[in-house]
Formats: sequence, C-alpha cells, structure tokens
Amino acid sequence: MPRTLSPDSPVIRVDAVSFSYGETLVLERINLSIVAGEFVGLVGPNAGGKSTLLKLILGLLEPQAGQIHVLGRPPRTAARAIGYVPQFPSFARDFPICVEEVVTMGRIGRGSRWALGWSSRADRAAARQALAEVEAADLARRPIGQLSGGQLQRVLLARALVAEPQILILDEPTANIDQRAESDIFDLLAELNQRLTILLVSHDIAFISEYVSRVACLNRTLTCHNTSAVSDDTIQHLYGGHIRQVEHQHG
Amino acid sequence: MAEFFTALVTYGFLQSALLAGLLASVGCGVIGTFVVVKRIAFMAGGIAHSVLGGMGAALYFGFDPFVGALLSAIVAALLIGAVRLSWKTQEDTLIGALWAIGMAIGVLFIAKTPGYTSDLMSVLFGNILLVPTHELWWMAGLDVVLIVAVALGYRQFLAVTFDEEFARLRGVPVALFYLLLLCLVAVTVVLLIQVVGLILVIALLTLPAAIAGQYVHSLAAMMVVATGLGALFTTLGLALSFGPDLPAGPTMILLAGGVYLVSAVVSRQLQRRRAWRQATTQS
Repeated sequence: MPRTLSPDSPVIRVDAVSFSYGETLVLERINLSIVAGEFVGLVGPNAGGKSTLLKLILGLLEPQAGQIHVLGRPPRTAARAIGYVPQFPSFARDFPICVEEVVTMGRIGRGSRWALGWSSRADRAAARQALAEVEAADLARRPIGQLSGGQLQRVLLARALVAEPQILILDEPTANIDQRAESDIFDLLAELNQRLTILLVSHDIAFISEYVSRVACLNRTLTCHNTSAVSDDTIQHLYGGHIRQVEHQHG
Repeated sequence: MAEFFTALVTYGFLQSALLAGLLASVGCGVIGTFVVVKRIAFMAGGIAHSVLGGMGAALYFGFDPFVGALLSAIVAALLIGAVRLSWKTQEDTLIGALWAIGMAIGVLFIAKTPGYTSDLMSVLFGNILLVPTHELWWMAGLDVVLIVAVALGYRQFLAVTFDEEFARLRGVPVALFYLLLLCLVAVTVVLLIQVVGLILVIALLTLPAAIAGQYVHSLAAMMVVATGLGALFTTLGLALSFGPDLPAGPTMILLAGGVYLVSAVVSRQLQRRRAWRQATTQS
C-alpha cells in the first residue's frame, strides 16, 4: 500500500547518489527531487549516466553512495508503483506471444506476489483497456514480432500503464521511431501527465522542451533547468563545444 | 510397420516402450517449449550429460539408477543456474566444464562397477525396449509434477522466460523461478533419458518445440503441438526401428531431425509467399 505522503514531499528523491561501474564513475553526487504531477525530461549525451540513474531509481542497481527514495520507500519495494518503458525491449522479438498477453504481464505483482496460476479475466480486460488508451486496441491479437517500432513503443507503454502506476519512467521512448509517431507519443504522454508523474530520458533536448515542465541535464553531474531557461550555455556545458542549434519550425 | 502393430498386441515390453515414449513426450512438449524460447539448450545439454555422474554412482553403490539420475540432474541444474545467476562472465565455459566433469565422474564409477560396462551404451543412447514397469510409474509421476508446476506458476514462468528485467520490476522472484525452471528441465531430461539416452536427449527436448514454433504464435499452443510431435516421433521411431531391428532412440532422433529440416524449409517458403502476396495485393 502506498504510504501517505504530504502533497509537497517528492515522489522521487535522489540524495547525493554516486555510482560507478568498476572504476568508471558514471554518476557523481546526484541530487534530484521530483514532486507529484511533474513531467521531467532527463537529457544528456550518450554514456552520460541517464539509463544508470533510471536503473537506480527502479531498484535494478544499488548506489555505492547516497540514498534514493521512491514514494518515501526504498526503490526495490516501490518498483511496483512505477510503470517502466525500456529503451530497448529486453525480450526476443521472435517470442511466440501476442500483444494482449504481453500487456497482461504488466498486471503481475498487483496484490500478492505469490498469486500463482493464470491471468484472470479482469487482468485481460485491464490489458485491453490499456491498449485502447494508447490507441493500439487493434493490435491485441498481433504476434509481438510483427509490430513496427512505433507500435511496439505503444504496446510497451500499455504494459507499463496496465498496472495503474503512480509514476511513469520512460527511457528514450522515441529513439527508434519516425517523427510523426514521436509527436503522437508525446501528445499521449502530455495527457497521461494529468494523472501521473513522468520522468523521461531523451537525447533530444530541443524536441522535449515543448512538453516537459523541467529539464534535468545529466553528464556525470546533474543540473536542473526550467524549460524556458535552456540556453546556449546549457547545451554547451552538456555537450561540449561543437554543437550548433538549428532554429526549425514545423508546418 | 504392420509387423510392429501385431507385435504390439502380443508383447508387453513393446507396450511399455510405447507408453514410455508417450509419457516422455509430455515433458518434451511442455518443458522443451521453455528451453527453445528461453534459448537454454546448452544448459539443458549440460544438465543431461552430467546425469551420467549420478547414474554411475547409483550403479556403483547399488541403488536405483533412475533415482541417481534424478538427483544428479537436479544438482547439475542448481549448479548451472547458480553459475548463470552469479557469474555472468564465462558462463559457457563453466557450463561446458560441468558437462564434462559429470560425465567423467560417471565413467569412472561405471568402470569400477563389475559387469556394467556393457550397459554404458544403453545409458548413453537409451534402450526404450528395456524400460521396466516401475519406471513407467516414475515417469507418470514426474509428468504430473511437471504439469502441476507449470500450471501453478504459468504467469511467473512466462514472465521470467519472456523478460527477466520486467519480471523483476513486477516483484517476481526471478532467481527462484529461474532455478525452478531449470529443475523442471532436469526432471524432463531424466524422463527423456529413459527413451533416447543422455547423448540424444537434447534433440528430443528441442526439435519438437522448435518445429511447433515455426507455425504457432503462443506458448500454450507451442506446448500442445510439441507434445503431439514428441508422441509422433517416439511412436513412429519405435515402429520404424522394430522391423529392421534398429536401435529405437537414434531412429526417433533422425526422424525428428529430418522433419525439422523439411519444416524449416517449408515454413520459410510459406513466409516468403505471404510476404509476396502482401506486397503484390497492396500495390
């Protein structure tokens, strides 16, 4: 059961967290506080530690220094209140399974962790509803291997939503899809943000600034900006010298 | 073939052999499916071969080799599972080593057991015609264990085979279910060893499920089809080998291998034709 939190206390709190793989320091004294209802974009160069920070928040990794609290609890016990959409699907695309079954798997872990057996009718109904919410209801019977990149992202989003999470964490949800599908997904996320706190990793700082309420820039250390304040200096600090901004407008 | 069916009515040992094949096919369908989709055939091979250690010890110390096989298969499964879960590097080297060490132990025990060297062939390549009745009961019991375990933990096994990371996030005890799955593989290996021997086990465990996977798109359907194919291969292999007095195990395996090759070509052609039809009707 989610412990009651005062409305201002952060749903995700990262305190002075450092993490290194072997001798490579990936994160250095990171502080980050996200309150309910925020839509935070986490940006930074490749190998800047974005995915590592997500894995720490999800409890898949343990920090060597510092502390993380999710909904006031240690990440491991709070993971089930988070919907997670990975950057690369961590499963084989030729696995013999249809979309609805994949989404239904998101319901595991609601209620008792020892609930054995098969998925219930309520679980399958919830899966269909989640698929409808991401506008992918027509894909329910499709084998997972026959989806396009954009369709797969929607299905993974449905799998995250079906557990009725309080927080949604997405790792580069639009890395492998075309731009129109990208704006569709972001419109959907903006809508979900009405009821969910969202933390989203992206390498595309320009694109996400339209949607998010705050940008956190991560390149081993972390700096936060309001979306309006993302300036040339910020980008310079983050990516180094050789970046040019291109002013572009979509018709 | 006709000869086989007349003999089947007369001889009890043939009826036992047929039944042993059918009982084994349940394991090869249900667990073989997990082995194929989880891509743990190499681990299953390691478990199968290290079973020789337990069988050799059983022969030497004079207890039931079936029990010896079962115990050593479970021990090997847990060791291999522990290797996979905690030493991610050099996993294949360690499994390969366990594979050979198990066999070495078995060969030493058998060499020191008077009068058993001739039996080594039937341990390695199986002798379905010599399956005693009490082992049929063992096999039936293990089938029940497999089916009950998979039915009770279906969601968890599916989650762990499909996406370990996501299963972990949903609070599934991944290591536990992974080890449990390997233990079920161990049980299945012991079932199949009765039929085709421990060298050939890996083919009977994977081929029926792999063929099924070429045509169906759900885990449950794959299990059903693979069980049917397993029953077909063991029964037909037994029947074909009976007339010319061939060893039954290798006959079954060649049959399964042949069908797999033909099916791989056919399913590929079907896929191409579907793609072609799709492309031409669209334009």
